[in-house]
Amino acid sequence: MKVIGDVLIIIGGIFYLLGGLGIFRMPDVFNRIQAGTKATTLGAFSLILGVGFLNPSWFLKSLILVVFMTITNPVGSSVLARASYLHGARIAKLQKDDLKGLYEKEEMSQDD
Amino acid sequence: MIEIIVFSLIGIGIFFSVLRMIIGPEVTDRIVSLDTMNVMITGIIVLLSHIFKNEIYLDIAIVYGVLSFLETVVLSRYLEAKK
Repeated sequence: MKVIGDVLIIIGGIFYLLGGLGIFRMPDVFNRIQAGTKATTLGAFSLILGVGFLNPSWFLKSLILVVFMTITNPVGSSVLARASYLHGARIAKLQKDDLKGLYEKEEMSQDD
Repeated sequence: MIEIIVFSLIGIGIFFSVLRMIIGPEVTDRIVSLDTMNVMITGIIVLLSHIFKNEIYLDIAIVYGVLSFLETVVLSRYLEAKK
């Protein structure tokens, strides 16, 4: 039980480091959202579950925390991507914008 | 010993995230790095709960997670409506 917990905690720390490195290295906002949020979600999953394995009487509470973070992190990432597209963020090496003109149509239909 | 290694890894991650928050060219870069940093701080609180052998830190981590999620959503909606 202790070995499983230690290995999970170290995996969580490594994925946190990779998430921070991805935030620093990637070229534009959408790549940063992908790298940071996905790596950090796996890191949080692994680390909290590892602490739950190390102390077996807390396992239920750490499971609640894992389920909560698994639900809320992708929602936050999606809202952030939509906001940064509507704010007009620069996209690196963009050749064709599939979403161009889609949101203006939506706003006009809301005005009617 | 293992806790010291994991704390150093998370600390280097938070350092890169703070660096991106300082030099980020747009405001959305700063919000993305703030979101990542909040998840890392939640992990640090859970690890402190293991080191101090105290269960109350897990409750603090849950409340911090709720508040950081609300913070991300509110900032994004504000930025989206502002244009």
